[in-house]
Parts: sequence; C-alpha cells; structure tokens
Amino acid sequence: MSSYSTSELYSIFIMQSFAGFSLFSVLLLMALGLAIIFGQMGVVNLAHGEFMALGAYTVYLCSNVAHNQFPSLAGSYFVFAIVIAFFVAGLAGMFVEWALIRFLYKRPLDTLLATWGLSLIMQQGFRLTFGAREVTPTLPEWLMGSFKPSESIDIPINGVFVMGLTLLLTFAVWVFMFRSKTGLQMRATVQNRAMSGAVGINTKLVDRFTFALGCGIAGVAGAAFTTIGSTGPDSGSRYIVDTFLVVVFGGTSSLLGTIASAFGIAQGQSISGFFLEGTMGKVAVLLAIIVILMIRPKGLFAGKVRS
Amino acid sequence: MNTALPTKTNRAKKRYLASGCVLLGLLTTAFAYAADFPTAQVNTTGLAVTDTEVTVGQLHSATGTMAISETGSIQAEQLAIDQINEAGGVLGRKIKIIVEDGASDWPTFAEKAKKLLVNDKVAAVMGCWTSASRKAVLPVFEKENGMLYYPTFYEGLEQSKNVIYTGQEATQQILAGLDWIAKEKKAKTFYLIGSDYIWPRTSNKIARKHIENVLGGKVVGEEYYALGHTDFGSLINKIKLKKPDVIYAIIVGGSNVSFYKQLKAAGITSDKWTLLTISVTEDEVLGIGGENLAGFYSAMKYFQSLENPNNTKFVEAFKKKYGAKSVIGDVTQAAYLGPWLWKLTVEKAGSFDIDKVAAASSGVEFTGAPEGYVRIHDTNHHLWSKLRIGQWQTDGQAKVLYESGLIEPNPFPKGYQ
Repeated sequence: MSSYSTSELYSIFIMQSFAGFSLFSVLLLMALGLAIIFGQMGVVNLAHGEFMALGAYTVYLCSNVAHNQFPSLAGSYFVFAIVIAFFVAGLAGMFVEWALIRFLYKRPLDTLLATWGLSLIMQQGFRLTFGAREVTPTLPEWLMGSFKPSESIDIPINGVFVMGLTLLLTFAVWVFMFRSKTGLQMRATVQNRAMSGAVGINTKLVDRFTFALGCGIAGVAGAAFTTIGSTGPDSGSRYIVDTFLVVVFGGTSSLLGTIASAFGIAQGQSISGFFLEGTMGKVAVLLAIIVILMIRPKGLFAGKVRS
Repeated sequence: MNTALPTKTNRAKKRYLASGCVLLGLLTTAFAYAADFPTAQVNTTGLAVTDTEVTVGQLHSATGTMAISETGSIQAEQLAIDQINEAGGVLGRKIKIIVEDGASDWPTFAEKAKKLLVNDKVAAVMGCWTSASRKAVLPVFEKENGMLYYPTFYEGLEQSKNVIYTGQEATQQILAGLDWIAKEKKAKTFYLIGSDYIWPRTSNKIARKHIENVLGGKVVGEEYYALGHTDFGSLINKIKLKKPDVIYAIIVGGSNVSFYKQLKAAGITSDKWTLLTISVTEDEVLGIGGENLAGFYSAMKYFQSLENPNNTKFVEAFKKKYGAKSVIGDVTQAAYLGPWLWKLTVEKAGSFDIDKVAAASSGVEFTGAPEGYVRIHDTNHHLWSKLRIGQWQTDGQAKVLYESGLIEPNPFPKGYQ
C-alpha cells in the first residue's frame, strides 16, 4: 500500500468506516422486528422477510400515487410512505396473528411450517399484484447523491438516512419496551404468562399487539431498503437469512444482544470484504459466527432466565 | 411458392401480403402450400405435425426468481410465432404453442422438457434462459432427440446437435468490447466484478486473458458477489483506492440495482469513471433507473434504439402487443430470432424431422432480424453476430456508439480457457 498517499488512505478509512456503520444500521433495522417476534414471543416467523417486502411495496405504491395524483408531494412523500408502511405491515401482522399464529403458540415446529407457507402465499400474492419484475419507487432527489466533506470523501446520503432511521427506531423501541406500560405488560407476558394473566393482563391482546409491532417495524425496514435496492416478489427470502443470523447470534431474548450482534457482523463483513475478495469475506464472517456459537450456544447475550 | 419467406427476392410480395388485403387469397395459398408437403413426407418420426398444424413447446420461467428476466423472452417468442402464423405458418402449417413453466427450478426444467418431447412430441422448443437450466435440459434433448432454440448470451464451452444458440457466446460479447474501450479510452487497468456463478466467472476469465495477453493491460482487481447481494460499500472503496481505467461489471439480477445506485451515491459517475458491462440491457435499466447509469457503457449485439427498418417494425409490433411502456433487451431480441430461424430451417430442409432440421441449420440466413442480418455458423450451431457498444442515457435507452463487423462464434476459444 506504499504507493498511496496518507490523505488517500485517510479518505478510504473514513469511507470504509462509514460503509461498516451503514451495513450495521441495515442489519439492525432488519433484525429489530424479528428480535421482538422471535426473541420476545418465541415465534419462528419465516414470513418476516415478506413483511419487509410488504413495506417496500407500500412505498412503491405511495410513490406512484404521489407522482401521478399529487406531484407537489414528490419531494416529501417518502416520509409519509414510511409511516404508512408501518401501519400496513402492522395491520397485516395483526390479521395474521388472529388468523394463524394464535393457534400455534404451543406448537413451535408447526409455526415454522405455517409461516413458511404464509411466506410462499405472500410471495405469490406480490407476484400476481405487482408482477414478477423487480420494482423501484422514484425516490426524492434529496435522498440520492452524496456529501462531500472533502475532495476525496463521498458519504452516500441514503446511507445516512437509513442510519438516522435506525437510531430513531431503536430508541423508540427501547423507550416503548422499557419505559411504557404496554411494554411492561409485554415483557411480563414473555416472562410468565400465567402470572401475567392472573394480575389482570389480557395476554392474548398483548400477543397480538406484540406481533403487529414486530411486523410494523419490518415494514419500516422494507420501506427504508427501497433507498438501497430494488423490490421483487422474493426479496423477503433474501433478507430472512441475515435477519435470523443477527437475532440468533445476538442471543434471542436480548435487545442489546441484537444490537451488538448486528454491529459485530456488519464490521466483520465490511472489513473482511475490504481485505478479502467479496464472497470470501462473507465466508470468513460466517465461519467466525459458527465458531462463536459453538463456544456460546445461546448467542452473545444469553437471557437471564431463572430455571 | 414460398409465400412469406422474408428473403430479398420476394420482398415485394411480402409487402403485398403484409398489407393485410386478400386474406382469403392468403389462406388459399397457405393451404395449397401445405398440400405440396404431405404430412407423411415432412414428418417421418411421429412428431406432433398434422396437415394444418405443427406443435412447438415453450419452456421458460414464468414464476420464481428468473421470471423477471425470462418474461421478455416469452413475449418475443410468442410475437414471432404470431407473425409467422399470420404470414402462413411453416410449410403451410399453423404453429400451436404448448407453454410449460420451468419455475426457476432446474430439475423442473428437465422434467418439463421431457414432457414436451416425449408426451407432446413437439417439433421444436423455444426455451431456457440461465445456463443452469440449459445444462439441466441438455441431456434430455440429446437423449430424446429434440430441438432447442436458446436465446441468452452465455459463457460458451458448449455445442450440441440439438441446440441452436441464438445469443452470443462469451468471446463475441467480450473481445470486441474490450478492444473498443482500450482504444477509445486508452485504458490500461481493469477492475473485474461479477455475480458468483458460471457465466460471470467464465466471462471474466476470458476478459482477463484478453486484457493481459492481447491488450497488454493489467487487471487490478477481480471479485464476485453472491446473487442478490446488496451491500457494495467495501467494493466501492477498493475501486476508489485502485483507480482502474475501466470498471468491468457482470452483475446480474436484483444486485444490479443496489450496485449502480451505490456507485452513484459514492460519486462513481461517468464524468470521472469508465464502466463497461455485459450484463445490463434495457430490461435491467428499467429497474436500475437510467439516471443511475447515465454515461456508462454496455456491450451487446442488440439495443432497442437500433435504427434499421427491421427493428422499427419489430419495436412497433412488440409495443403494440405488450404495451407502450415495454422495453426490449438483447436477450428478448435473440429470443425473437428462435421461431424465425426454426421456420427458415424447416423450409430449407423441407421437413420437420429433427435430424434433417439439425443438419439443415448450418448456414441458415435470416435477413429480417431486428439486429440486422444473422446467419447460423456452418459447424457450431451459434450465430454470426455484430457487437455494439451502447452508452446509457437518462431515459433508459442506449445511444449506439460503435458497431463491429459480423463476428464468428467461437464457443471453444483457444488460448482463453
């Protein structure tokens, strides 16, 4: 590397750090919803990726409506679209919990199969509604392009946007889970369902609400990803592996674990991606994860549950 | 005799027919034509050919992850068959299509191929898109003796009596493109990028040999990313560090959108950088967005914006059938050639029999191709075709900057393996 000047290396270092943080926020955004559904409720929701795709398609629809009906909103629709995506995916989640999941809480393996079936149904639904081609919403100008703090440094604005959104959402989830009454009821239900019921918590309603919240967050994640990639009927199945990876690696019942795990995987992937070749970088990270999971089978942050 | 062969000699007659008048006259000639070729004579091996009809199969992915790419091919083949039928069919027989869905699953492709050949006895199959699906059906076509018209540009290293390759093999798409960019941009250093499967890897291998041995240039990086990969941040930083004269990209599918959006967001745009790709056609640009690609180059044999009478008619007919917003990429055009080449070959052979069609394929010429004149090679079942360099514009169309002469297909290139 001696042929490169110090300022060049400095610029690359800055941009590479940013790439790592950007991937961190993407992974965290993906995993946040699942950390609630899988981590808190113990539901293995294989259709989680499809709820992200649902959010992404919502943004696509909003983009079409904004550009065709309300051209004056073309610059600002994206913010509304994210909120709408949250409610669309959340309501869909609520419906799915009512129609499917609530019958399966005591049969985790059947949940696996049922949600996998649900993911196939949703994929085919997207295909019939939006066609097989991948779609991209028309994004407002201010989201594209890059900051240039110096001549040789480019910081992508969409990356900054996703980062900001992730911070905001993580903070909101934290406040909700640990500082609100509903959050308290949720955690109580997870820890001891019978006792929660005994003290007057409507645990069935709490379940429905928790599932809906997880799905809503998935919708927001999907909405945010339209700034990074395209959306197709099977986009969800591409997200799902990384999502489970982050949640399981972090330790299923810990929000902090999810954050730490997303950070570790993102930095590992980003750094190894820089020094190794593309696919090899990913292989190295996955190997490291396997080794760590062998040493700590319950993930980075195992929940403190009395047995 | 030949009512609608689009050859030079009967162009006047073709125009007369195409004008749509005297439909009855057309029908009578068609029947008279069929009567000249009794079924017993043109079909000695029990194919699905009657006095009025011949059945062909169509085998693409209408569902699953490849549906995005294969839809254009499905449409183009159906358009070609409609047009052939309107012009009187093949040896006076109307073409009937049996459509099967390979569902982006390679064993399914093999199974459906067998069904088409064994149960339906189709006279030819238009189909497949990925190399994986072609490799899956190849043994079936060779064993059951069928005829496959395969539309996609691919890595080469294959040749079969039972397949006509209407897309480019790798050297036809790569060498002339690299020559052009090396000369035009005085490029010496190249960064090779690809999706991680056989076509990009084989293509980059050929590109590397050509860059190092023929152009005297240097490959400063070569890497591959899994299909569907969406995070190219580290790669982009490496590109910025190495500063190649040319970024040579063979990324396919959904990853394309992320790749080009992130390049743009990171300031890698055409005003300072040169990017050449052999995997982006008008179809992909639809998803990527012209503004994210503007100024970059694609090396293809066909662009929708080509100006020639064949293409004008083709684009018009395609848009009329599939909507004004539809776009036509390189493979879609190559798929359109399949039914026409088959028709011409059958009429040259005077028979639907697979062995006779396979033998008669060598040297078949099609002057009505939207890409311009094409000819099947004398020995290897691939097409002679030109290479064009298109520069992408913000509206998603390419401006054609360069056109080579006809390039001989060479699926087993010596010195490049």
